[in-house]
Amino acid sequence: MKIKFTVQDPCQIVRKSFGEPIAEDLRFVVKSIVGEENFIDMEPNRSNNFCCGGGGGFLQSGFKEQRLKYGKVKDGQIQATGAQYCIAACHNCHAQIHELSESYGGHYQVVHLWTMICLSLGILGPNEREYLGNDLKEVAVFHPETAM
Amino acid sequence: MPETALAIGGQKESFFMKKVMESLPEGGNLNMCLTCGACASGCPATELEGMDPRKFLRMAALGMDEVIEKSDWPWMCTMCQRCIYVCPMKIDIPQLVYHARALRPREQRPKGILGSCDMALKNESTSAMGASPEDFRFVVEDVLAEYREAQPEFKNMQAPIDKQGAEFFLNQNSREPVTEPDELVPLWKILHVVGADWTYGSKGWAGENYCMFLADDRSWEHVTRLTANQADTLGCKVFLNTE
Ligand code: SF4
Ligand code: SF4
Repeated sequence: MKIKFTVQDPCQIVRKSFGEPIAEDLRFVVKSIVGEENFIDMEPNRSNNFCCGGGGGFLQSGFKEQRLKYGKVKDGQIQATGAQYCIAACHNCHAQIHELSESYGGHYQVVHLWTMICLSLGILGPNEREYLGNDLKEVAVFHPETAM
Repeated sequence: MPETALAIGGQKESFFMKKVMESLPEGGNLNMCLTCGACASGCPATELEGMDPRKFLRMAALGMDEVIEKSDWPWMCTMCQRCIYVCPMKIDIPQLVYHARALRPREQRPKGILGSCDMALKNESTSAMGASPEDFRFVVEDVLAEYREAQPEFKNMQAPIDKQGAEFFLNQNSREPVTEPDELVPLWKILHVVGADWTYGSKGWAGENYCMFLADDRSWEHVTRLTANQADTLGCKVFLNTE
């Protein structure tokens, strides 16, 4: 389908906790799901990644304008990959990058890793696709008759 | 140093930075800065509020404690630690930021974070969205029953709460049970497919911890202990934090 994917290395999981090994694991899983040729890394990445701006309580701090400004670098890095999807394996990243995509006009989709794993296994039902774009909404739907 | 010596403002010497250094291994290297600027050039919070990590550290070193206390910038640094990663001296600026958050009286800290922490202290869920243990159980059981029926391949799928002796203790961001329960399901499916023996806890099931972001150490500890104790009580071997 020629859809490209990039991945956000969550600061909390990669740089601040498990480092390069988990960044490699994340890429192994993502490439297994989407195909190596459809994966493209942001620069910089892994332990040297840029924070998206969703961490540290920023999402609830009330400083929305500053938070979006903080995330502008991240948005630029995502847009530079040309990917239609950014996989975010952290809740804060997911919420913040989703907002960046809408605010700066990148209109890339932001998906949880669990969504992509289930999609690739063919077990993702019609009501579990909130964050998939139109290009994937109808792909390999598990029990399509249960759509609500 | 006794608590009383932490008077803010006016001093030539930085009481704030000294105090923070005393609480960190190797003083967080806070007095080893080469002023090279590597931290500031790769920090996404640089320029917000006219501040950057190097400047913030210099201000602390120069004893400008009052300016630091008044600045909103510590609430815009996400404590992502990229500055430490690139710093030749491995200086722990995020710890300085964390302590700067605590300089303000609790009730003057950002309302959203304060409210989310207070919500987590309301009941044993530790949910920033205030969902009770009963609400959580209801949603989980309801969604599980629905999916077992609608997708017969998963008729044996489990989503246990307080399963004694489960290997994995899993927590959950409140957003799914409270606002988008269907998003709970993909993770359950993966755990089912791989045959993981897991459980949620009726206490401390919520993964988020805004008390930590609030720099309210006692509440942070309360929330963390509550969830860790639940995992221990159930005899779980691995704590899986989905946050
Ligand atoms: S990178 Fe480290 S040494 Fe360089 S200015 Fe920042 S804190 Fe100082
Ligand atoms: S921890 Fe704070 S100061 Fe350091 S790079 Fe991240 S946002 Fe900037």
